Amino acid sequence: MRHTIVALMEDRPGVLNRVASLFRRRGFNIDSLAVGHSEAEGISRMTVVVQGDDKTLEQVAKQLHKLVNVTKVFDLNGSSVSRELALVKVHATPANRSEVIGLASIFRANIVDVSSDSLIVEITGTEDKIESLLELLRPYGVQELTRTGVVALARG
Amino acid sequence: MELTGAQMVWECLIREGVDVVFGYPGGSIIDTYDAMIDYPIRHVLVRHEQGAAHAADGYARSTGKVGVCIATSGPGATNLVTGIATAYMDSVPMVAITGQVSTAVLGRDGFQETDITGITLPITKHNFLVSEISELPQAFIEAFHIARTGRPGPVLIDLPRNVAMSKAEFSYPDKVDLPGYRPTQRGNVRQLRMAAELLNAAARPLIIAGGGVNRAGAFEALAALAEKYRAPVAMTLLGIGGFPQSHPRSLGFMGMHGAASANMAVDKADLVLAVGMRFSDRVTGKASAWAPNAKIVHIDVDPAEVGKNVAPTVPIVGDANLVLQQLLPLVQPCEFEPWWSLIDEWRQEERSRDILKHETEELLPPFVVSRISALTEGQAMMVSDVGQNQMWEAQYYSHDLPRSLCTSGGLGTMGYGIPAAMGVQVGNPDKQVWMVAGDGGTQMTLNQWGTIAQEKLPIKMAILNNGYLGMVRQWQQMFFSSRYAATPIGSPDFVRLAEAYGIPGLIVTTREEVDDAIRAAIAHPGPFIIEFRVKGEENVYPMVPAGQTVREMIRRPLPSERCLPEEAK
Repeated sequence: MRHTIVALMEDRPGVLNRVASLFRRRGFNIDSLAVGHSEAEGISRMTVVVQGDDKTLEQVAKQLHKLVNVTKVFDLNGSSVSRELALVKVHATPANRSEVIGLASIFRANIVDVSSDSLIVEITGTEDKIESLLELLRPYGVQELTRTGVVALARG
Repeated sequence: MELTGAQMVWECLIREGVDVVFGYPGGSIIDTYDAMIDYPIRHVLVRHEQGAAHAADGYARSTGKVGVCIATSGPGATNLVTGIATAYMDSVPMVAITGQVSTAVLGRDGFQETDITGITLPITKHNFLVSEISELPQAFIEAFHIARTGRPGPVLIDLPRNVAMSKAEFSYPDKVDLPGYRPTQRGNVRQLRMAAELLNAAARPLIIAGGGVNRAGAFEALAALAEKYRAPVAMTLLGIGGFPQSHPRSLGFMGMHGAASANMAVDKADLVLAVGMRFSDRVTGKASAWAPNAKIVHIDVDPAEVGKNVAPTVPIVGDANLVLQQLLPLVQPCEFEPWWSLIDEWRQEERSRDILKHETEELLPPFVVSRISALTEGQAMMVSDVGQNQMWEAQYYSHDLPRSLCTSGGLGTMGYGIPAAMGVQVGNPDKQVWMVAGDGGTQMTLNQWGTIAQEKLPIKMAILNNGYLGMVRQWQQMFFSSRYAATPIGSPDFVRLAEAYGIPGLIVTTREEVDDAIRAAIAHPGPFIIEFRVKGEENVYPMVPAGQTVREMIRRPLPSERCLPEEAK
């Protein structure tokens, strides 16, 4: 079972290290981790997607909460909006470039760089949507890929 | 008032009520040591920084106050690590102060630089790298607050040399600023009511006192509950001292080498009230088969302990002392008559298997510990090392005083005994302090005899010398066909070695000499060692093998069974 956990933490040196060290030490499996500023000054917001049963999830949340710099931890499995961004450098020659652009446009992805033998596609969406586009792009040759990890907000 | 960072360190410590620190100077902490001379704080110079951390640990466990150790950067700091990890596993309030290279050099592999905040990340409750003098007072007030509140633990403050040397206006903050740290104190009223309902409906209840009882100082609250409710009380290793051993409700110590009666009570109980414990594997064996018939009420100050190893029926998060006080009026007095009769049967059988009841001419460690217990009338502050000696101490010393045992439970740190005893004696100058260790653990940290001699700490040290790393040898005998890989160990002449440090001692080889030697140690005003040359291949019984249940418990054979082949093969 996959869970999206959000932790709010003081923006101080070493906090990310504390969290990463905690996950490694306790043997929690992270699918993705994204961190950045939140709406409050001096508070960072971390979104972690973890694998595990309810018991594991409860331990993740409690152990995170024990970190002195972590101010709030919550599970985002209710009604929420989650998005991820990916940049994909895909092999594309003048002969098949328009095919790739066509695929990208179906997914409302943007072409953000073009060279003689490759394109960079920027796609935002749920993990599923990104996976689907990647599946279609792989036959052309994905040369490089970077993903931000999921960020999420509760609805309403 | 303008002060240097080094001076601020001592100003802060004094404001936190510290009057003694255990440490070892060095290059990066030299400014702090220079400033120390002008402050009314006792410094105990250890012979290795590991000993500073263990001494601070022993001081903290035995007094309930925060222990402080101090070391230089690099190797000084890394030598603290074992002691910090020991304190972390057993939730001991401690503040460790380390020197660090100047911030200008930090990250460039300067002389004696090590990333001690990184290294101690998983073994401290929190740590601070003070990169500006303006952050120093806040770091200290927060370090002490975090170390002593909630679930206590070690906190490290890393102090770069240029911060110690720079000057600023000093004022001590009047409050901490920790929005992410608010430990729960009082138990939730609804949970308490549910817990009381379970307690009042139970027929075979068992209270288990963990280390949290000692940390929270919940002695009176626990005794009051046990007396009103009339339930038996067992203790984990770290719970020893939390409830008087000689109390009629006490079942003694439970777990892997705990009393058979206590472990059988766990197995048959229909309700376990677990107070300040974390269900370690040494307590539960196979956790899924532990207390199979019982509903479990779990009181702990750390919410992350709830459901970590054993899922409770009713958890109550809060300070053990406060929660027990809240619970007391909700609990009805009961008799539990059939339950106590059953327990008494178990106890009777236990007594008949007791090695002290066996006729033997051999010098056995349980006999030695039971004599120390008798001749100190259970009133000594005890420190044990790790291994067989630790289990025998726990089984045969009758602990009646709160916080009267310091031992490394969670981490199982051999070599803990001697340095921890220094901290206990410093924190309890008017009490008699005894340390029990094996020949192996003694040789790990006997360099601290230098400190004990220099500080004139009147610690009585009993070395149970069996010529083996005994607990590992016991496992090898039981589970590895007696293949004694690297467990026979030689020793120096401990008494002559102690004499070289100016510490007198005696060698005891027979049962008849035991009492006189213990009396001689008690009568001597200073430190004293006794080397007991005990039987080599003696085992600790009973034993619930790792990961198993009380049904697989290995017991000491009855005298009538002694002609049978060795039971454990």
